[in-house]
Amino acid sequence: MAYSQKVVDKFEETLKNPEGASVGRWKPGDKDFHRVGTGIVGAPACGDVMKLQIKCENVDGTNKIVDAKFKTYGCGSAIASSGELIDMLKGKTLEEAQKISNQEIVDILELPAIKIHCSVLAEEAIHRAIDDFKSLRNND
Amino acid sequence: MDKKYLFKRNNVWWVKLAVPLHLRDKLGFDLRKSTGEKTLDKALLKRDIILNDLKSNFSEGSPESSNIKSILPRKTTYFDYASTTPVDERVIDKMKECLSFEGAFGNSGSRSHIYGWKAEELVEEARSNVSNLLNCDPREIIWTSGATESDNLAIKGASYFYSKKGKHIITSKIEHKAVLDVCRQLENESYEVTYLEPNKNGLITPEAVQEAIREDTVLVSLMHINNEIGVINDIRSIGKITRENGIIFHVDAAQSAGKIQIDLTDLDVDLMSFSAHKIYGPKGIGALYIRRKPRVRLQPLFHGGGQERGIRAGTLPTHQIVGMGEAFKLAKEKMDEDYSNLSKYRDILWNGLKDMEEVYVNGAQDNSFPGIFNMSFNFVEGESLIMALKNIAVSSGSACTSASLEPSYVLRALGRKDELAHSSIRFSFGRFTREEEVRETVNLVKDSVNRLREISPLWEMYQDGIDLDKIVWA
Repeated sequence: MAYSQKVVDKFEETLKNPEGASVGRWKPGDKDFHRVGTGIVGAPACGDVMKLQIKCENVDGTNKIVDAKFKTYGCGSAIASSGELIDMLKGKTLEEAQKISNQEIVDILELPAIKIHCSVLAEEAIHRAIDDFKSLRNND
Repeated sequence: MDKKYLFKRNNVWWVKLAVPLHLRDKLGFDLRKSTGEKTLDKALLKRDIILNDLKSNFSEGSPESSNIKSILPRKTTYFDYASTTPVDERVIDKMKECLSFEGAFGNSGSRSHIYGWKAEELVEEARSNVSNLLNCDPREIIWTSGATESDNLAIKGASYFYSKKGKHIITSKIEHKAVLDVCRQLENESYEVTYLEPNKNGLITPEAVQEAIREDTVLVSLMHINNEIGVINDIRSIGKITRENGIIFHVDAAQSAGKIQIDLTDLDVDLMSFSAHKIYGPKGIGALYIRRKPRVRLQPLFHGGGQERGIRAGTLPTHQIVGMGEAFKLAKEKMDEDYSNLSKYRDILWNGLKDMEEVYVNGAQDNSFPGIFNMSFNFVEGESLIMALKNIAVSSGSACTSASLEPSYVLRALGRKDELAHSSIRFSFGRFTREEEVRETVNLVKDSVNRLREISPLWEMYQDGIDLDKIVWA
């Protein structure tokens, strides 16, 4: 199957310069780890696992995503979808991020029908990460 | 010996290639290059490479090649020979002689004039080329449209013909779809099928066949070389068992004919399927071997003009048949050379990659054909690896590259975990593979796997010492 040029570009950009494409992780012990929400979705047996982390800061009473990182195991469009999601997240409030729908990723990357599940995975990842961040807050 | 394209000057063998008409203004009548060799044996070894070199001069500005250029815009290494092969130029030359009014365009079934006789002569010569490679009687070879049709004709044809004797068939879980789907169809027609499990190396053991045999078993159908993992079944031992039990033995040899030795006088195989396009012949032509002694009978699938002794009706496609014959003839000449090159390429690839962490070979390493090498790179998804290896054409057992979104049923049948099936890549080499392409691939694969692992959360967990099997995945 041939992907759109956008998927190919995003994929290659990520591979060439992972750090610049926000590939990475925050781990326990890192300075701001208490302000990081993590969402992991998918399963190795299905061929897709996406791990998304969002770092939030309280700006004027609302939590804003100031930075985000990801790692993805999956096909080219899963990797491109994660990267696209990251670009959308930065600077958004949690409320705004919650509203991101997979269709936006499908439209930007022109994903073929058979790859729509990759964008669904990205949408689930952000929901998980937000839930995780909120549960951290509740534990404070 | 075939000295085509070669001539001797000052004691050294040269290669001479005629220039196509439309380029003669620019390039002259022919192109010549020295092999630097004094003996014909050595010159022959270099001929193909030099021919390809010389031919590259034709690619500039010719109307045909500009089309090809737009299909393949960049130089891509082809490592998917198990899928199909390019047609050898010598085969193309022969095929061209069977198309036009000046050539052997006639219907080989026309008995009343020279056009028909000439076509028939070429068809029979091709049949002999095929039977020579396999060491059987030419009368035991029936032309078909390819291995899929041969498999259909063999399995359905034998099952229908011998249905009064029984309706049980034995095959394996890792056959090609052209066998599996035929068996599924026969199940709908009240036949019973036993699908044998391969052992962990991907082989069907003679013992497994023996155990599955029943009173009403009429047919065993197994492949010779597996198309995904390259393992070679012991068809000699299995044939002994089927023969003793009076059961027909069909072997799909689409991947093996012309690549490894097949001697049908020495094997108890009753039916064998062949394809031309896996061995540098054209697509759309294949053959079925049908044993004469002891005689095997089939119910035909096509009915019509009575061609091929009524077993496969339809006007014979002379150019396709001649192409297959020439390809099989070349295969016989080149088998040893091809095989030793393929072994070398596989060793270069494996030696270059085996020290990486978490790489697995799928299928036995001994008892396997070196032209097909299937590996899994754990924690990296196969389709993404193929994308990263963008200038190398390979295939994967990953679900993402299949229409069904299921990972390879072959690798799963070997007991490989799904994630390793998703992470698999099949490299298949062939006659036109060059050593430097394999060496470049080693480096590219290493680099791409490392990069993809850097962005893989599974690799991260593995590095952290987390057991992935114990995680409950969402």
